[in-house]
Formats: sequence, structure tokens, C-alpha cells
Amino acid sequence: MNGQVSVGGLLTSLALVAVAALVSLWQRLGLERQVLWAAARALVQLLLVGAALSLIIEPGRSLAWSWLWVLAMIAYAGDVARRRAPEVPHMMPLVIASFGAAAAVTLGVVFGLGVFPVEGRTLVPIAGMMVGNSMTATVLAARRLIEELRDKRDEVEARLALGQPAGRAAKPYQRAALRSALSPQIETTKATGLVFLPGAMTGLILAGVPPVQAVLVQAVVMFLVLGSVAVTTVVVTLGLVRRLFTPDHRLLPLPRRPDAGG
Amino acid sequence: MDARDGFTFDEVVVQRDAVRALDGFSAWVPGRGVTALFGPSGSGKSTVLRLCNRLEVPTAGRVTFDGRDVANLDPLRLRRQVGMVFQRPTPFAGTVRDNLLAAQPRASEDGLERALAGAALDGSWLDRDATALSGGEAQRVCVARTLVTRPRVLLLDEPTSALDEAAAVTFEHTVLDLARDGIAVLWVSHDQSQVRRVADRVLRIERGRCVGQGLPDSGDAAR
Repeated sequence: MNGQVSVGGLLTSLALVAVAALVSLWQRLGLERQVLWAAARALVQLLLVGAALSLIIEPGRSLAWSWLWVLAMIAYAGDVARRRAPEVPHMMPLVIASFGAAAAVTLGVVFGLGVFPVEGRTLVPIAGMMVGNSMTATVLAARRLIEELRDKRDEVEARLALGQPAGRAAKPYQRAALRSALSPQIETTKATGLVFLPGAMTGLILAGVPPVQAVLVQAVVMFLVLGSVAVTTVVVTLGLVRRLFTPDHRLLPLPRRPDAGG
Repeated sequence: MDARDGFTFDEVVVQRDAVRALDGFSAWVPGRGVTALFGPSGSGKSTVLRLCNRLEVPTAGRVTFDGRDVANLDPLRLRRQVGMVFQRPTPFAGTVRDNLLAAQPRASEDGLERALAGAALDGSWLDRDATALSGGEAQRVCVARTLVTRPRVLLLDEPTSALDEAAAVTFEHTVLDLARDGIAVLWVSHDQSQVRRVADRVLRIERGRCVGQGLPDSGDAAR
């Protein structure tokens, strides 16, 4: 077999969704409807994306369509981040700005230095990896920064009262937020290949690409994700600091997470 | 216009959402000696302090420092002239030296020791872990940290409320020494006996308004 999945193969794999639903029934988790709905929804979404992608990255199609796709992905990710962290003010424009910066840096390296050729076939999936992986990290970093500044308000104001400018007063808490957002990514990078085989590589090997080639692609993707997570989180936290303090260096009242107790 | 030195408050209002923290507060804090700001909790005492170093700004009215509107002063420079010590000690992670350098990264060793001396501490404290000190010690390190910028005014927001009695008395002596050396002090307190011990002058505040100014034991100030 060369990695092609037939319709029959796809239907057979649905048996595994049934297993998940049966576990839910057996353990009385009440999640069986959600399991089925999630699987159906994912399948439809993927089929739609697949169809759209084959249109966009078809050889001969203008690259503008691919860029448009990337822009739409970034806008959608900004909206998802805003909904995931409703307590963070101006989350959507901040996330969009951070993806812009990360795209400039990472796509600049990957395409500008010729690691991959600039084609719809490479641009859309690479940008997708960047956006998908960075979104969680930006939400984590923004939330953590707000928590730090809110819980340590006395300390932050003591720094301001010493005459420190807002950016400097916020620095230790921004650093903590960046560390907490970057550490999981560093851990994942370290464990790659030993503890788990990442998705891109698994997909390539299943599709029949020689493992060494798949590994090289995966390495590039991994480094791209690491770089984009670093860039997006730093841009989001720097931008957030500017919005959480007034121009005359006062810390604004900070909102609580809607789902937090107390 | 009143060009008296120190702080003047002219019909100051501070409104937060639906709450009026200050409601037409008018008073004078002289540029020398110890002024106590005395009143029940929730009366707006902390808000008055925070207006002095612009951690807060008035919704209406005016605050002046040495005759100049605080709104027109550079907030960072103002805060280096008007130091503040908070209710709970706020040591930063690191050593006492790191804490003092946070106020003035280029401070000389002499400068650090002078600041420590002002808070009745000495150079042997510099390498101690600031987060492992007792409440009273940490609060004095916070005073020393503030003194590094050589402020002219010290704002104290109930600085002894988290300390035991002995530490509170030591702290009071430290501040009175600083006042004798020429630093003006605005001391928020709800402890009448402490006000009598430390203050040259008392402002009495109730429900966001100044309801009396005068000497610690005069009828109009401390009733």
C-alpha cells in the first residue's frame, strides 16, 4: 500500500469513533453524542478544507489565493484567541499583530532562505503549523501576564512608586509569562522522536515518503513552530503591557477570568 | 493661587465606577514634619496618598505639589521625589541589594548604605534574601529602597498594620528620625494612639471629605 486511504478504509476507521462512544456509554460519561458530533464535524471540516486546498494549491493557480488563505487563517485564529481569553483586553488585534510579526520572521527564513520553494503547496501548510501552534501559546502568555500583574499588583505598584517606567516595572511578570508559554514548546521539542512521533512526520511516512526525508521536513516544521511561538508570545506580551498601563505609568484595573472562582 | 509648599488638594473627586472614593476633598499637607491622615477604613485615605505620587488621578479637582499641578509634572520624576511604602511589605525577589538597585540601578555602595542607615539598617543587610525577612525587617527594607532615590516626601499607607507592636514602635522611631532630617511624611493610620505619637499635624477624613485639619490633640482634628 502506498498510504492512500480508500472510502472503505475511512469508514472502517470510524469503528474507532464507535469505540470512544462505547467507552462513554459503558462508563456513563454522557459524552457519546459529543464524541459522534465532534467526529462528524471534524470529518466534514477536513473534507471541505481538503477540497478548498486542492483548488488553491493546484499547479498554475495564482499564489495570491494562498496568501488570502493565510490571512483568513490568521484572522480566524485572532477571533478564537479572543474567545478563549475574554478577560484579555484587545486580544484579537494583539494576536493578529503577533502573527504578522511571526509570519514575517518564520516565513522569511523558510522561504526567503530557500528551505522550501514558495508555492501554495508549501505556504498554506507551513503557515497553518505556525498559526495553530502559536495560538495556544499566545493565549497562555496573555492570560499568565494578566494573572501575574493582577495578583502581584502591590509589587508592581511598588516598582512604579520607585519611579520605574511601566515597561520596566512589568518586566519580571512579562518574563514569567513568556517562560510559562515557551516551556511546554521546549519540552515538546526535546521529547520529539523519543516520546512521540509528531503529526507532520507521521503523515508523511504514512503517505509513503522515505522516513529520513519525513524527518527533515518535521525538523524544519518543529524549528519553525519554536521560532513562531517565541515571536508571537513576545509581541503579545509587549503589546499587552502597553495596554494595561496608562501613558503616565499607572496600572489599570485588571479583569478576572470569567471562569475563575472567588 | 496658594503657593504653599507640600501638597494641596482642591475639591478633589475620585470616582471609580459607581463609587466615589473621594468626594470634594480639600486639604493641605505641609512640606515638612509628619502629617497623619486619620479616618475609618473605606474613607478614602489610601486614595489621597495615591494621588500624591500619581498612582491615581482625580476625576475632578486639583492636586498641587509645591504650587504646581501634579497633572503637569513628569510622573516618573515626581515618584522619585515622593516615595511610598505600602500597607503590606512588598519585597522584590532577590537580595536586599537587588531591591535597592531596583530604585536606582546606578546607585553607589555609599548610596546604598546611606539608604539602609536611613531605615536603621546597615551594610551587612545587603546580601540577605529580601523575601526571607520578618514583616518589620521587610518593611524597613522597603523604606530603605524608597530612600535610595532621596525623596523629599514619604507616603506611608498604614505601614505598621501588618507588624507586631515592637516592630511598629521601631518603625515609628525610624520615620521620626527621617522627618527630623527634613523628609516630609504623610502617614495614613486608623490608630489614634499612633497618630498622637508620631504626628505634628492631623487631617481627618470621612466618606471622602476632609472633616478637620489641625494639631493631633486639637478638637477639630482628632475629635
